[in-house]
Amino acid sequence: MLFVQNVVNGLLLGGLYVCIAIGFSLIWGVLNIINFLHGSLIVLGSYIAYFAFVYFGLSPFIAPIFIMPLMFAFGYALQGSVLNVVIGKPVLITLTLTFGLDLILNNLMVWGFTANFRRVVFEHPLPTFEVHGIVIPGDRLMAMALAFLLTLIFFLLLNRSRIGRAIVAVRNDRDAAVLMGVNVKQIYAITFATGVAFAGAAGSLLSVVFPISPINSGVLLGKAFVICILGGLGSIGGAVIGGLALGIIESIGAMAAGPEYTVLISFIVLLAVLAIKPTGIAGKLGYE
Amino acid sequence: MPKASPQTSRHALTARIGPVAVAILLVVLLVLPHYLDNYSLRLATTVFMYCVLAWSWNFIGGFVGYPSFGIAAFFGLGSYVGAIMLTQDMIPFWLSPACAAVVCLVVAALLGAPILRLRGHYFAVASLALGEVFRELAMNWTAVTGGGMGVNLPPLRSSLGTDSQVFYYMFLLLALVTFAVTVAVGRSRLGVAFRCIRQNEEAANMIGIDATRVKIIAFALSAAFPGAAGALYASWVGYIDPSDVFDIIISVKAPVMALLGGVGTVAGPAIGAFLYLAFEEIVWRNLLQFHAAVLGLIIVLLVLFLPNGFVDVTRRRKILDGAS
Repeated sequence: MLFVQNVVNGLLLGGLYVCIAIGFSLIWGVLNIINFLHGSLIVLGSYIAYFAFVYFGLSPFIAPIFIMPLMFAFGYALQGSVLNVVIGKPVLITLTLTFGLDLILNNLMVWGFTANFRRVVFEHPLPTFEVHGIVIPGDRLMAMALAFLLTLIFFLLLNRSRIGRAIVAVRNDRDAAVLMGVNVKQIYAITFATGVAFAGAAGSLLSVVFPISPINSGVLLGKAFVICILGGLGSIGGAVIGGLALGIIESIGAMAAGPEYTVLISFIVLLAVLAIKPTGIAGKLGYE
Repeated sequence: MPKASPQTSRHALTARIGPVAVAILLVVLLVLPHYLDNYSLRLATTVFMYCVLAWSWNFIGGFVGYPSFGIAAFFGLGSYVGAIMLTQDMIPFWLSPACAAVVCLVVAALLGAPILRLRGHYFAVASLALGEVFRELAMNWTAVTGGGMGVNLPPLRSSLGTDSQVFYYMFLLLALVTFAVTVAVGRSRLGVAFRCIRQNEEAANMIGIDATRVKIIAFALSAAFPGAAGALYASWVGYIDPSDVFDIIISVKAPVMALLGGVGTVAGPAIGAFLYLAFEEIVWRNLLQFHAAVLGLIIVLLVLFLPNGFVDVTRRRKILDGAS
């Protein structure tokens, strides 16, 4: 029973992990940039959700509706002003640049919000379900459901919209996309902004489950790395598999070895996957 | 007879001036501790330490062109090896860097085989993950490492001089060894193999270079010296904990310094380390609350405007001057 409970916990967590990783995976896959800012962007989303909750009573479950456009604009500006310069440069340059940007953003958040942990506390939390002795907290279930909804929206965006198809086209063959009349620069900016918007949305959902602090950004970034490598870059399916797998690995690992070993286990899994099958469980070239 | 281009004549000039300049610099550095206060000594020692890290990174990142972010992994590993051996009273102080270097060399050689098959982004991520794994190990293996509590090291009590003088000379010596190895490798067949792989790994394999072996050598070299530096650092500061010595920022600073001075050159990493630490010190002193942000800003500006470093800028200007 304990085992089943841990798997359920892992799946609940994994749903959120999927949401953490899709934006990161998109930016890596299309722009070929490892976005070191991702963790801090998620935390920024959490803070916006937190303040919206405290000052306007807005639920973090609804907040993504306005957080995403805000973060999209921020991401668009960031890509247009700074990141566009390094598109196509080696990873040494792009990773170092986003690391530097992360230092700036994180420092500003520590200064503005302090490093103290904050928490969204509902006056009326959703009820906790119990099915055959398995406990399912309503808030976590809601967060997971919304995370999957966001992932579905992300999927439809890439597959059904003109811009989404253009993003996939640029991902698969940049030069051919140019010949087809795609404005590649604009697509890069939109892609990055979309990744940032989903980071913000993930942050909003996370604020219900985890305490919020700028210190968390490194942990969240680490998770995004593990999920992307584990599931495989370049597909939403990969992020879904990687996210759920990490959730389950973490909760079962915590049960078997102790919660303090979860980070170690997940990074060893990451190295093992890189050593054995670098493309991950479901890795493929295009964003299908 | 072909006319000597401005470049070759400049090479001849640096070949003549270079050793003299290094000798003069060395004499200055050797007598300097007698004229510096402790604060300046500490700064100079830090510069030597980062020279070691930047030169070390240069083996794998500069010469071979593999984007490593694994310096912190071996700096931390070395500092823990040194710290544990010293607290257990297994070796005298001066031997700890050598022991740490050997351990890091072996660990890197073993880990190199699977990791160096990866390229580009995947290699960068793997090297980054290495540091995270080591840090978590140090954090959780409490019986040996003291976990999050860290390790306190015994005081030095050397008869040779004050602590800051001893560490100044130790780090200077380590920097000189790293420099000498850099120069020797740069001129050897191994250095040629490094640069071949950077330019085209398939072609390097084709002309008979055992790329895997050569890359492992480069990776092991870029692990051994940070290991020694870590061991020295541990005795120097007297206390280490996992989040301090495995800090990702060490892994980023080393390539940033090399970038600042000029990647793949002999002098570049040292020049970069000096300039970067000069910036950092000014920032630390004046903007304590925003030092991370300002360092981030420096990194961003550097990457945007000087992606090939200062050495490269001057070289370009010289060539232009020669042409005009």
